[in-house]
Amino acid sequence: MTDLTDLTISESLKKLKAKEISPVELTTAYIEKMKNNDKYNAYVTTTEDLALAQAKEAEKRYANGTNRPLEGIALGIKDLFCTKGVRTTACSHIIDNFVPQYESTVTQHLLDDGALFLGKLNLDEFAMGGSNETSCFGPVVNPWSKETKLVAGGSSGGSAAAVAAKMCAAATGTDTGGSIREPAAFCGVTGIKPTYGRCSRYGIVAFASSLDQAGPIAKDVTDCAILLNSMAGYDAKDSTSSKVDVPDFTSFIGKDIKGLKVGIPQEYRPDGLNKEISDYWDKAAQILKDAGAEIVSVSLPHTKYALPTYYVIAPAEASSNLARYDGVRYGNRKEGNGLDELYINTRTEGFGKEVKRRILIGTYVLSAGYYDAYYLKAQKVRRLIKNDFDEAFKKCDILLTPTSPIEPFAIGDKKMLENPINMYLNDVFTVSVNLAGLPAMSLPIGLSQNGLPFGMQLIGKAFDEETIFKTAYQLERGANFVRM
Amino acid sequence: MAVDNDTVRRIAFLSRLKVEPDKLEETKQEFNKILAWVEELGEVNTDNVEPLVSVNNESLTLREDDVTAGHMSEAVLANAPAKEFGYFVVPKVVE
Repeated sequence: MTDLTDLTISESLKKLKAKEISPVELTTAYIEKMKNNDKYNAYVTTTEDLALAQAKEAEKRYANGTNRPLEGIALGIKDLFCTKGVRTTACSHIIDNFVPQYESTVTQHLLDDGALFLGKLNLDEFAMGGSNETSCFGPVVNPWSKETKLVAGGSSGGSAAAVAAKMCAAATGTDTGGSIREPAAFCGVTGIKPTYGRCSRYGIVAFASSLDQAGPIAKDVTDCAILLNSMAGYDAKDSTSSKVDVPDFTSFIGKDIKGLKVGIPQEYRPDGLNKEISDYWDKAAQILKDAGAEIVSVSLPHTKYALPTYYVIAPAEASSNLARYDGVRYGNRKEGNGLDELYINTRTEGFGKEVKRRILIGTYVLSAGYYDAYYLKAQKVRRLIKNDFDEAFKKCDILLTPTSPIEPFAIGDKKMLENPINMYLNDVFTVSVNLAGLPAMSLPIGLSQNGLPFGMQLIGKAFDEETIFKTAYQLERGANFVRM
Repeated sequence: MAVDNDTVRRIAFLSRLKVEPDKLEETKQEFNKILAWVEELGEVNTDNVEPLVSVNNESLTLREDDVTAGHMSEAVLANAPAKEFGYFVVPKVVE
């Protein structure tokens, strides 16, 4: 018999509707995989009993014909989404005992559509990291690792690894500077960060509010479209969520891309770019060309300033957002003499190294005397970066770039750990998209000589996920990547 | 702009974080490395450029000033590390 966890969501839904398989069978198969694959450290909390109870409910609904769009589909949830009654930690000691009294809007949408949750997935502490090594629960192991244990990418490392190792049908992720796309690329799976405002941020533990956006990580492009249909939409509880209509993203799957203009940003091909990545980039462009697209060269002149801009703005917003962890209303508390000492003791004990580093930098760039030189300057450069995209999109409909300049590296890699900037540089192809608020998808294109997956990134215009979905589907078909 | 030990101490207090005396030098050096890197932004001419605060172009929604939720003190206090008589407990702040 075939392994049910090999099925995509679209295939599973077909079989569930035809009653060829039952939700309980399907959920049990995923739970089995979770147990066999716990060496990857993808889950930090599991909710099998809850999931099985939901699967039984789904069984009834299929029997009486009241099944909803995602009925009985087993998902993993990044542990940054508040889930009512289920511990939500952001993988930080400071709130490792936090049990939300409410549900995030995105996960509520998924539940309302009949999805069930297998548990909460590992991430970098407060989503601050690119390798999942800053998690207070330890790093996620990339399922593609050979002899050496490799990182799964970050911050949604647990989500990407769980999807790759078939420990869930798909997972939720969040992306502030590449946190959906980079781990998706490292683990050979597909993930989309939609346009800023597409998905409500309500109930997602905040990192950098002007950049954070939720999205799905799944086995393929079609499954991403199915999930985004459910996750997206206006929410009165998030003032930055958009009222722009949400189309049926699945309706763009299989549409042809004849005459579509695909832009190749020249600044994304610096001297010394990994040859294999560069070759796969050319191959991807050829696949799209063969499908009828036209390849055009475009320029994004401020690309080299995107990382420094990001590493001013994101820590600044983080330092404000993380001020709430004071040991008074929730989370862990370390007593002290007086209020200041209580705050200081609580925060010094509760936060990890990278989080403290970013709070300090953020506080500095926002402090009196430095605000104009750093924060305001970065916001101005952010405008120029967005203008670059506006100009580029006058010449093309979509951009094609690699997702990451490197392949997955070893857990504990010295070069990455000795200088935080080395780690930050891995986000070079992903951060601009967040600064400009654009949608972007990463999908696997092939394997390196070391047998590790590479991802390609498609960047769309704001609220034009549809062009991403139709282009990504053609690229997926041409690449013919074999999932794990 | 390189920072000195006093600045690191001041920023740490503003952040309500403690930097142990033996970590002060290391923290300062790391801080300066990151600052030197982000100072590349100084090369960019941003005269007459408006800062981009948000990419969201839609105007904010107004609603009636009605009570939409309430009477949830139990839920609000559910995760409090210390609570008494329906209140959060903090150290004494007035003499």
